[in-house]
Amino acid sequence: MELTTLWFFIVGAFLIGYFVLDGFDFGVGMSLPFLGKDNTDRRVIINTIGPVWDLNETWLIVAGAAIFAAFPEWYATMFSGFYLALLLILVALILRGVSFEYRHQGKGKNWTKWFDQFIFWGSVLPPLLWGVAFANLAQGMPIVPMERGGWLFEGTLLTLLNPYGLLGGLAMLLITFTHGLVFVALKTTGEMRDNARALATKAGIVTIVVGAAFLIWTIMQHLDSDMIWLIVTASAVAAVALITAWVANLRGREGWAFTGNAIAIAFVLLAIFLALFPNVMPSNIDPAFSMSIEGAASSPKTLELMTWVAVFTMPLVIAYQAWTYWVFRRRISRDAIPAETAAH
Amino acid sequence: MLDALDLARWQFGLTTLYHFIFVPLTVGMALIVAILQTVWVKTDNPKYLRLTKLFGKIFLINFAMGVVTGIVQEFQFGMNWSNYSRFVGDIFGAPLAMEGLIAFFFEATFIGLWIFGWDKLPKKIHAATIWCVWVGSVLSAYFILAANAFMQNPVGYELNDEKGRAELTDIVAVLTNPVALTQFPHTIFAAVMFAGTVMVAVAAWHLKRNQFVDDMRTTLRFGAVTNILGFLGVGLSGHSLGLVMTETQPMKMAAAEALYDSASGADASFSLFSLGTPDGAHEIFSVRIPYLLSFLSTGSFDGSVEGIRDLQSTYTEMYCGAGDTLLTCPTDGQFAPIIWITYWAFRWMIGLGALAALVSLVGLWITRKKQVQLPKWVWNVAIWTAPLPMLASLVGWVFTEMGRQPWIVFGVMTTEQAVSPGVPAWAVMVSLAVFTIVYGGLAVLEFKLITKAAKAGPPEIGETADGDTDHQSLATVY
Repeated sequence: MELTTLWFFIVGAFLIGYFVLDGFDFGVGMSLPFLGKDNTDRRVIINTIGPVWDLNETWLIVAGAAIFAAFPEWYATMFSGFYLALLLILVALILRGVSFEYRHQGKGKNWTKWFDQFIFWGSVLPPLLWGVAFANLAQGMPIVPMERGGWLFEGTLLTLLNPYGLLGGLAMLLITFTHGLVFVALKTTGEMRDNARALATKAGIVTIVVGAAFLIWTIMQHLDSDMIWLIVTASAVAAVALITAWVANLRGREGWAFTGNAIAIAFVLLAIFLALFPNVMPSNIDPAFSMSIEGAASSPKTLELMTWVAVFTMPLVIAYQAWTYWVFRRRISRDAIPAETAAH
Repeated sequence: MLDALDLARWQFGLTTLYHFIFVPLTVGMALIVAILQTVWVKTDNPKYLRLTKLFGKIFLINFAMGVVTGIVQEFQFGMNWSNYSRFVGDIFGAPLAMEGLIAFFFEATFIGLWIFGWDKLPKKIHAATIWCVWVGSVLSAYFILAANAFMQNPVGYELNDEKGRAELTDIVAVLTNPVALTQFPHTIFAAVMFAGTVMVAVAAWHLKRNQFVDDMRTTLRFGAVTNILGFLGVGLSGHSLGLVMTETQPMKMAAAEALYDSASGADASFSLFSLGTPDGAHEIFSVRIPYLLSFLSTGSFDGSVEGIRDLQSTYTEMYCGAGDTLLTCPTDGQFAPIIWITYWAFRWMIGLGALAALVSLVGLWITRKKQVQLPKWVWNVAIWTAPLPMLASLVGWVFTEMGRQPWIVFGVMTTEQAVSPGVPAWAVMVSLAVFTIVYGGLAVLEFKLITKAAKAGPPEIGETADGDTDHQSLATVY
């Protein structure tokens, strides 16, 4: 395989890591108003992701840096093109991250209320907007090559908010929500566990319907692609995984349900990446204007260096991150939350 | 009306300086906490556990801000400086990606293990996790400084005319850029200084009220020693940084001294203070130390230092000649940065750092005996040294980045060429306004939380703290 193609899929893998991992903690954040009846409940919910949300979010940093290093043209055009959407995502991530740390540092009802709002909206906006962005990428956008090299995005924020883009956003929002609910069920005991499971069953149905609509629409848009059979296969795997996850959740097999949702998210993204191939940013003005993987890529020297760095670091990264999940493998219950005396 | 370029510059300045309030305290405080916890593990003295918890809490409040403001740093290159990103991504992106893969993953994973692992991991392994956090933060700083050093002194690349970009030829050269090698210890030692003065201030606040006397006496002396050692490191590395800077960016050194005409030996004096017209033509008043500029810039007392006027004509000839000058000749033809900013930033950087170290030195002397009864104003002075190294670091970065102008990559690309095409000024204005409001609000919040944690003092540690606690109950922190 060409190094450029390899890096296209490595970037895809980082993004899959990001959406599978940060995906569930976004879902957990979204579940706060639905599952958190009182402050103890909400602390249980937040503590299920306490040790891991930060390292999950790191996958975004790494994916972003990998795009910068491996596909500078893509990085430059996409992030300047999605300017306001990205601004919203950044602000959401800032307020959310700060809220996890600061929520418990102060006292008073309003203090925690504010941070709970930030956690909720900070968990809703990123998956929604990323979903919109990636759906638009797959669909093609108004980009044109510039005279002195590089591409220019000629749309606005409204360009992104087309029906297919919005459906992509909704699909991503729902799938991370369900993913998070299953995670809460997996990590808690008693009533919380039951409530999370019950809500996951309801949310799961809507997710399956919206997800299927999104996948079918994606397939319809790429019928003449060379990759169509791979796209169909990836979509089918995603659909099967999603349905299996729903059934597993219904039967109280939360581990399997979580795995199924993770696979579904991974294969939806894979379908999007296959739909993009061999471009990183197709142009809907003229196919000749599309930014290809080759055209966006760094020099072979940089890609080679990065390949070595990735080969040596990734096994280590996966090992110590897996260890973290192992250390914090136990379920959390209401009794684990210290009484409401001092802010701890 | 400001254009997109000016607004993007303001945004870069604002977000970078704001991010840099938190980074030094993260790097410095992680080291302090790691040392305190290690001393506790070795000695089993609960005093050190209390101090670990106290400064650990301050560290975490600060850490959160460092993380979330760091994300903005990565994405704004693409948002506001897309021409820069496509021009140098091949080189500049590599250290950023290495930071993510090698340092950032590591740091983010072990911080979670440290916060939540108090009773889940054996004592020694738990202490090791905070060392991992420190190593991660230092590695992270290194890769970022290597990326920044490429902007100051581009090495290990060649221009690809066909692709219209710079391409990597030698990653070792990029990672061993002399600017990075000298900037790195300079930055780390400055961070250590900051952590030291924060300790001094916390201790002074309690000692002034005569509370937690034993813990705080230890804290005071620990912080003062840390600060002084940091200052020695900052000074030594700063001197070698000055030499490298003169060699690689002579205009920045000339601008640091507002030296308009080349000079050598006794004439190459360092002005402690000067007043005059901004163009340097008329000096009204100045206090000068002969030979010192020569020594700072070249390492010898009779080396010659180039002045702004000579450099301006050299650069005009080099970059604004015939042929394709689009990327290299600034539109106004000026190669000097804004002199009054570089001149004063350079002095404030040195002055504030030296003042902080001086206070620590005096503090060590007057607290050398067990007695810590001192007049209140003495403690107040100690409390107010806390922000000095931070302010020194901030003006240091103003000097570094403003002194690089008009270049974004020295001698290769100008800042005005680097801005994103197609991003309207109003969009940059919106994001600048949003970041200003969000960052402003968070700054107030962060300051309140840190002072609250500091004022609460070291926590009570129960008898059973190290071993007999209920594992389930301490599994949560939030």
